[in-house]
Amino acid sequence: MIRVLFFAGLREQLGCADVSVPAGSGTTLAGLRAQLGERDATWQRALADENVQMALNRQMAKSDSIVRDGDEVAFFPPVTGG
Amino acid sequence: MSISISVQAGTFDVGVEYAGLREGNVADGATAIFVGSVRDFNLDQSVAQLELEHYPGMTEKVLEDIAGRAQQRWQLGRVRLVHRVGPLLPGDDIVFVGACAPHRQAALDACAYMIDFLKTEAPFWKKEYGRDGVRWVDAREGDREALKKW
Repeated sequence: MIRVLFFAGLREQLGCADVSVPAGSGTTLAGLRAQLGERDATWQRALADENVQMALNRQMAKSDSIVRDGDEVAFFPPVTGG
Repeated sequence: MSISISVQAGTFDVGVEYAGLREGNVADGATAIFVGSVRDFNLDQSVAQLELEHYPGMTEKVLEDIAGRAQQRWQLGRVRLVHRVGPLLPGDDIVFVGACAPHRQAALDACAYMIDFLKTEAPFWKKEYGRDGVRWVDAREGDREALKKW
């Protein structure tokens, strides 16, 4: 399984902090994002936002990164710390 | 050469943090410190309270990575990063960045470098509770621009 986390405004939009999804072979972050977007119109809209950033195993990652079984993925808005 | 990172709900004492950077440290002639605090006004909305969310586990990793990159780039001694999470009030200190080096330029540059990258890479998000309601703070384009000088 792949653990998927959502943070801040994105978590509130989805009303969901985390989900687990089965790992498909050769799935990329972009593929996973599209798959999650199929859940409903809210997920579609929220995840289609081009500002949404992605992390793979707690490191910032690009859309074409491959996601494997046991990985932790996170989607979140641009960061605003400091 | 050492890196110390804390992500904490409680406040920090700048004097204690400075003492930690200096105690027994005779190799470094320079210490640069940056402290960020909560403003009471953002984009025409008066801010009564701030809530800082983060990504536990990734936050610490990113802060260590930023400090490590600074140590590769400059000759540094002790480095200390503290960032608060949870509810904060106007005037509260949010972030402490401290860098020691044998000479001032490395300390000053490393301090500025670390806060610049912290602002654009570390997974923290601010939510403002103001007179006109609640809003997530938007990322500032100026923060991305600031990275170009590095």
